[in-house]
Amino acid sequence: MLRYTIKRLVLGVLTVWFIATATFFGMHAVPGDPLSSDKSTTAQIRANLEAKYGLDKPLLTQYAIYLKNISQGDFGISFTQENRQVNDIIKEHFPISAILGILAIVFAALGGILWGALTALYRNRWPDSVIMFLVILGISVPSFVIAAISQLFLVNINALAGTTILPVGGWGTVWHMIVPAMVLGLSTMAYLTRLMRSSMLEIVNTDYVRTAQSKGLPKTRIFSRHQLRNAILPVVTVLGPAIAGITTGGFVVEIVFAIPGLGRYFVEAIQQLDYTVIMGTTVFYGAFLVFMVILVDLLYGWIDPRVRISP
Amino acid sequence: MSRQLGLYFVLAIVFVAGLLFVLNQLAGIMSTATQQAQAVDFTNNSISAVLREEPPQLDSSKATDSTSGLVLGHIMEGLLRMDLQDRLGPAIAERWEVTPTHATFWLRDDAKWSDGEPITAADFIFAWQLALKPETGSEYASLLYSIENAEAINSGKLAASELGVSAPNPQTLVVKLARPIAFFDKLVVFPTFLPIREDFYNATQGRFGSDAEELLYSGPYVIKRWVHSSNLLLERNPHYWDSSRGKLAQINFAYITSDATATLNFFKDERIALARLQAENLTEALRLKWPIRRFADGTVFYLEFNHRDDRVSRNLNFRKAIQHSLDMEELVYKVTKLPGYLPGKSLFPEWLIGVEKSLREEYPASTVSVDAVKARAYLALAKEELGLTEFPEITLLTSDNPVSNVQSEWLQEVLKQTLGLTIKIDKQIFKQRLAKMSSGDFGLLLGGWGPDYNDPLTFGDLFASWNLNNRGRYNSAKMDAFIATAQNAVETKDRMMAFGDIQQQLFDDVVILPMYERGVTYVVHPQLKGVKRRVIGAETDYTYAYIDPDA
Repeated sequence: MLRYTIKRLVLGVLTVWFIATATFFGMHAVPGDPLSSDKSTTAQIRANLEAKYGLDKPLLTQYAIYLKNISQGDFGISFTQENRQVNDIIKEHFPISAILGILAIVFAALGGILWGALTALYRNRWPDSVIMFLVILGISVPSFVIAAISQLFLVNINALAGTTILPVGGWGTVWHMIVPAMVLGLSTMAYLTRLMRSSMLEIVNTDYVRTAQSKGLPKTRIFSRHQLRNAILPVVTVLGPAIAGITTGGFVVEIVFAIPGLGRYFVEAIQQLDYTVIMGTTVFYGAFLVFMVILVDLLYGWIDPRVRISP
Repeated sequence: MSRQLGLYFVLAIVFVAGLLFVLNQLAGIMSTATQQAQAVDFTNNSISAVLREEPPQLDSSKATDSTSGLVLGHIMEGLLRMDLQDRLGPAIAERWEVTPTHATFWLRDDAKWSDGEPITAADFIFAWQLALKPETGSEYASLLYSIENAEAINSGKLAASELGVSAPNPQTLVVKLARPIAFFDKLVVFPTFLPIREDFYNATQGRFGSDAEELLYSGPYVIKRWVHSSNLLLERNPHYWDSSRGKLAQINFAYITSDATATLNFFKDERIALARLQAENLTEALRLKWPIRRFADGTVFYLEFNHRDDRVSRNLNFRKAIQHSLDMEELVYKVTKLPGYLPGKSLFPEWLIGVEKSLREEYPASTVSVDAVKARAYLALAKEELGLTEFPEITLLTSDNPVSNVQSEWLQEVLKQTLGLTIKIDKQIFKQRLAKMSSGDFGLLLGGWGPDYNDPLTFGDLFASWNLNNRGRYNSAKMDAFIATAQNAVETKDRMMAFGDIQQQLFDDVVILPMYERGVTYVVHPQLKGVKRRVIGAETDYTYAYIDPDA
């Protein structure tokens, strides 16, 4: 187990290094640069700015300096918000994305398991059709549409009630989180529903379920004791990447609900070609994703010993 | 339902409830909650508003963008400011004088920083030296170049202490000018000229302007709380000298979002007192029959030609053909159809002031009427002069947003119909578009310019051969001469005449085709009065705003 863990961790570090390198060179290959703006500055001012950010050095030197800095955990200062360290930006805004993400993933997981199990139980009957229709909607309607519609819904509810039932946007209390988290978790929930449904259906035909049935156990008991527990396993596998995906993918939801998360920095940095923030957020998110995948692998290895024995 | 399932159900509910509680506590520890303030709160004399983005830079020596300009317009005050009638007026300087060699400002003695210390001439000197130091990397340092030695300091050839400014006493600031500059007083309104106090700046250790407590305020408001990307709360500055400003006790920028739909939703929910309407949500506002206000934000948009030698658009008759094909009134009133927009007639927008009246009244812009026959004749001439049998495909570089999409498609269609030209639309996101603009990788370009200071020169020098913002590389000795006069003449009359000449040259040589002056439409809470919209400085200025509960 220890060797397996170490091996995964070393591979993980290599992956993060690869992400950092690919992002660095990819970012510099994009036309345009972080210092350009609507209004051209004089050659002198531009030279001053380039010197300040070290952009006047050869690309490979910049890369070396950059690698040295991130190995010490220093991502530098932002180009667009010149007085802020990228480290501070991540430190301040990631927890907000993470809180929203955790809530979203809980909604997604609980909902996915519940609806998935229901569809499997009522296979090919109306609850199945209705839920599966909603699932297709949840997967295919983009989140900015759902975010805007649900926000409008809140406005109308508040107007009808004549008081604030739920805030339309902003951040700080649990009431600000509920709707954005649901919107954020929706597509994952839809995906998990499908996954849960198919894994439930597989299990219906296994020997132990048939044995339980022939023993004459009540249907609900078979469902809760034998089917549900076993069907959840594949769902656990996808949860790791899903958590990373949700905590990092909140850009649209954060903008619409005016939530100060890291997602909007991640996307806006790319539009602004803010080199340091692009690198900081990408490497951070990359490392986070790799970590979640390793964690799930290790958990899986712990749950199912076959995984860690095979090379 | 079996007991087991019921148990799962209860456990799930308990789990979610517990989780919500924990997350609530966590969020509370990390940041202050967005106040559920009302759009307009008469009891507390406060309002809520939205900011388009997190202010990128509140260090005035480095700020360049409009959001930072808006916030700085509330929390800082400089030597002079634009008054309610958009005329230059006194602020920290009670009176001032500009001669060909010097500019002198006499500071009022009751102007104080937010910590109660007096604001002195030394604070301006420090700020200007700071902006000029090469290591500061201030983008707008060039605005200071008219001060003696400024350019040499910015290029590292002289020490900052050599700057031509002095303070014979704490209340007098004397500026030695490098060249005669008649409008120096109009320049000092810009944020780069705002005061910064040296001891405070040094104490922030490089973090000046990054947080509420890392700023010292000279304006009617101070930042009480700043939660990055979330909200910004302004509170009246008790040490501010002018009681006619800062009537509201608090201005709460409660939300930071660029999303047009979300902004409108906040307004509907009575969370914000003012919402800007954009192409996306204008129809909705019209449907709801809100009283929509409009305001020209001072920005001019135009079609730029690539004047480089390898482009067909270097040919005057080619440009004239296009000039005679495009009806900007049709563009503004029938195509974009956005309220507040004005058809473009000149590079100089209508709000600029000339000698006495507006510049455009004193020097009316020439126009042509659209004429397809003439246009085709010009195109035939161009073809002959260029020795072409067929015109190549012409690339129109544009940004990717709903307004420019409609406009570029209109251009494409009209030029196809009238002249049979094939236009390829090249839509690019911000930085990529800038890269192509600088390298000259375009045939036609949808360009625009917003003013930096309240003098026609902020537009007037754009098409000088040496100006890097002259993206099409238009190069004319005649034009350069007019611009030199506009820059250096001392008499206002002579300068305005030079702007008239520039306008005429732009027209005669079809350097650009003015398309429109941009309008901004917005809705305001009925009880909020006195909001000033500005072309220069804080675009939305709440410093004179007040609440009228009877409205």
